[in-house]
Amino acid sequence: MTDITQALAEIVGEGYVSDQPEEAYFYARDPGLMPAHEPDYVVVPKTAEEIQKVVRLANRDKIPIVPMGAGMALTGLVIPLKGGIVIDMKRMTGILAINEKARLVIVEGGISQGLLKAYLEKNYPKLRHSIPDSPATATIAANVMIHGQGRLSQQYGFNSDMVAGLEVVLPSGEICKIGSCSISPDWFSKGAPMPDLSGLFLGWFGATGIITKVALKLYPKKKMRDVEIFITDMEEIVPDIVHELTYTEMVEDITVFAQPLPMIFRDNHHITIFFTGDTDTELEFKRKMVWDALDRFIKSKDGGFMGVPPVMKPTLLDSPQRSVTRFADVKKGGGFEYSGPIILVEKYPECSRKIRELAEKYDLGYSGMARIIGRGHCMMYGFAFTFNRADPDMMERTRKALHEVSEYALEAGGVFWKPTVNEQKMALDKMDPNTRNLMGMIKKNIDPNGIMNPGNWEVN
Amino acid sequence: MKYEEIVHRCFRCGYCKLTSDYTDFNCPAYRKFRFETYSPGGRMWLIRAWLNNEIKNSERFQDILFSCATCANCVEHCVFVFSEDLVNIFIAAREEMVNKGIIPPAVRDYLKNIRINGNPYKEPQDERGKWADGTSVETYKDQDYLFYVGCVGSYDERAKKIARVVGNLLLEAGISIGILGDKEKCDGNEVRALGEAGLFQFLAEENIAYFKELGVKRIITLDPHAFNAFKNDYPGLGGEFEVYHYTQILAPLIKSKKIPLAEYKAKITFHDPCYLGRHNGEYDAPRKILGAIPGVEMVEMEQNRENAFCCGGGGGNFFTDILGGGEDSPNRIRVQGALDTGAQIIAVACPQCAKMMEDAIKSEELDDRLEVLDVAEIVSRALS
Repeated sequence: MTDITQALAEIVGEGYVSDQPEEAYFYARDPGLMPAHEPDYVVVPKTAEEIQKVVRLANRDKIPIVPMGAGMALTGLVIPLKGGIVIDMKRMTGILAINEKARLVIVEGGISQGLLKAYLEKNYPKLRHSIPDSPATATIAANVMIHGQGRLSQQYGFNSDMVAGLEVVLPSGEICKIGSCSISPDWFSKGAPMPDLSGLFLGWFGATGIITKVALKLYPKKKMRDVEIFITDMEEIVPDIVHELTYTEMVEDITVFAQPLPMIFRDNHHITIFFTGDTDTELEFKRKMVWDALDRFIKSKDGGFMGVPPVMKPTLLDSPQRSVTRFADVKKGGGFEYSGPIILVEKYPECSRKIRELAEKYDLGYSGMARIIGRGHCMMYGFAFTFNRADPDMMERTRKALHEVSEYALEAGGVFWKPTVNEQKMALDKMDPNTRNLMGMIKKNIDPNGIMNPGNWEVN
Repeated sequence: MKYEEIVHRCFRCGYCKLTSDYTDFNCPAYRKFRFETYSPGGRMWLIRAWLNNEIKNSERFQDILFSCATCANCVEHCVFVFSEDLVNIFIAAREEMVNKGIIPPAVRDYLKNIRINGNPYKEPQDERGKWADGTSVETYKDQDYLFYVGCVGSYDERAKKIARVVGNLLLEAGISIGILGDKEKCDGNEVRALGEAGLFQFLAEENIAYFKELGVKRIITLDPHAFNAFKNDYPGLGGEFEVYHYTQILAPLIKSKKIPLAEYKAKITFHDPCYLGRHNGEYDAPRKILGAIPGVEMVEMEQNRENAFCCGGGGGNFFTDILGGGEDSPNRIRVQGALDTGAQIIAVACPQCAKMMEDAIKSEELDDRLEVLDVAEIVSRALS
């Protein structure tokens, strides 16, 4: 046992530190396509105080640190590019406080989306959070850290917009409260009316600190939920359809998917419209509003509602949608990765054309999937390609296709979501120089030894 | 390796380690060790790495592979089409390790004891039927059913008590049973789960031949592990028998009042054995029995039926103890789950589960608050 291993064992307990090849192998990778880099150590702490001690040790010895949730970003954000210590957060699963009337919850930094969902369903059936379609193991903290989106993003924005406070361990080891909780016992705002310091951490992928607690806004959960699918073969009108739908303010979530397989989906764009209600009357009213809003497209014969088969409904209403994960095995190969730029909804047609062009060029299976964020303010367009992990050629073709997506996304005015290290460099290169310098100043001042997830958001 | 063509298809999404409603992590090895490597996805990725010579067969790799309790939670909750084969893949990897002779010492000793002594306890074969001393259970001749007890029921003191109760109950209900006594041999379920395919085949073929020689058509098992082997693995080797777990025989007898029950006031929670529940889909028979006892209040643990949390004894861990020990050991977690229900009794239907739960109650110092009883023992207390 090395001195560092011994020191880590004294902090987290011998059973929760590893410097063994098995953990080095596993934690060197994520399910995506980024190259492997092995950590020197993996620890699984139980408390913020343990993390604090690990960070202080790392800062003293200038050892890189990478916090990890479920590692489902697929873009290599938890791959320890420069070795060091991976901190697996998933023993920190506490639900620390809930305020039912204010619709707020405070959770520890390793709790999964699934655990929070199950807890709310059992104990607070009128409350919900904005659950993403990543696997249920994905953590709340990592999701807000990457500015994830979820079921409620059409109504309330990015999941990170729903943060109501943070506790973070700074690179120096201090535990720091962010938001109203810094001066009040109540966690209800991540910034306003004070300076919003959450921006020093959200979107930084752990390069400025480790989130150990998150206060999250919760929202009303209606008793019933239903889904309609509007189909069109005209990609140009998808933005107009989305515009009409968001205007109704009747809709919970809007996603759009287009994919060649199974055959039933080929050549069409499926605007999937979720809505909720406490009564049949409410649900049917919203359904009518949705139908009325899209009536002109039906009359012009540009699209129509697809009868959603009963067998398909549970799949669509599943939350998170497990079918999204199943996309990884379309090629019987356990892999998919997507580049998901955040971009204006009006760019949907060209994104749609681009994914078809790239799929054809590189002979890949694909799914184009968009999630509307805000009332049509923007969307995440996922250029998703499935690959066979046992087929190096297919993996390389997927890498190339995704690289072209990255170049295209920037040209089209998009901004990378959970960017790979290469995309981060591309973004920094294109960024306004003063903004880039500001990022550099923040990083240098907050993490002078450069120990926090090094390689990410590095401004040279 | 068998299933090699599937191993790379794991996306390591982690659904496999949860319950269906995501209430909690439900993989016993992951709950204990908390490194991703000990989860089903971790095993899949490491097996692939091992097959590709990217990692070696180290002591830790062996621990990772052999700490799997084969509880099939992953099979139940994996979202991919190959989910059915997950436990089979882990067993196939163990088989490769056994074939190369590089396995944990505890596994080696278990297999050696089965090979040499015919049981894991190193007890003499002629004492195998002693559990039945003092009962009216007779040696199998031409009875309707062979009552197969298994290694644990034959040699472990606690399990022997359960075997006696079950044997007596069946007889009192008029079921015609006979046992093999000192001719009974290990069913091999754990031998197979630990990757000794050759020894398993040997045991199974010997058992099948002997059962056939005796004219056995129907088998009642005490132990869900034997039930699983007879029901699912023996047919492929020519052993087609009608196989029942004893709860499947008792349930209709109780329903038809052939076993009359008096009031027995108790709050009871039932712990599903993995080899009865997830592996064989039998969740109802034990509950029907307990639910039919006047005065019994049944309460479910949060993780029940297909979401039941394994006691940690499956896959050979009952004997090898690779998964055991410490506050986060699965049996201690499970006992806490039982305590949360307010039950006074944890009902089990597996002698291995009974032992695992009793050990956990001692470790958690809950002796004065919880009691572990087999379903048959509860019925026995309620006999009118």
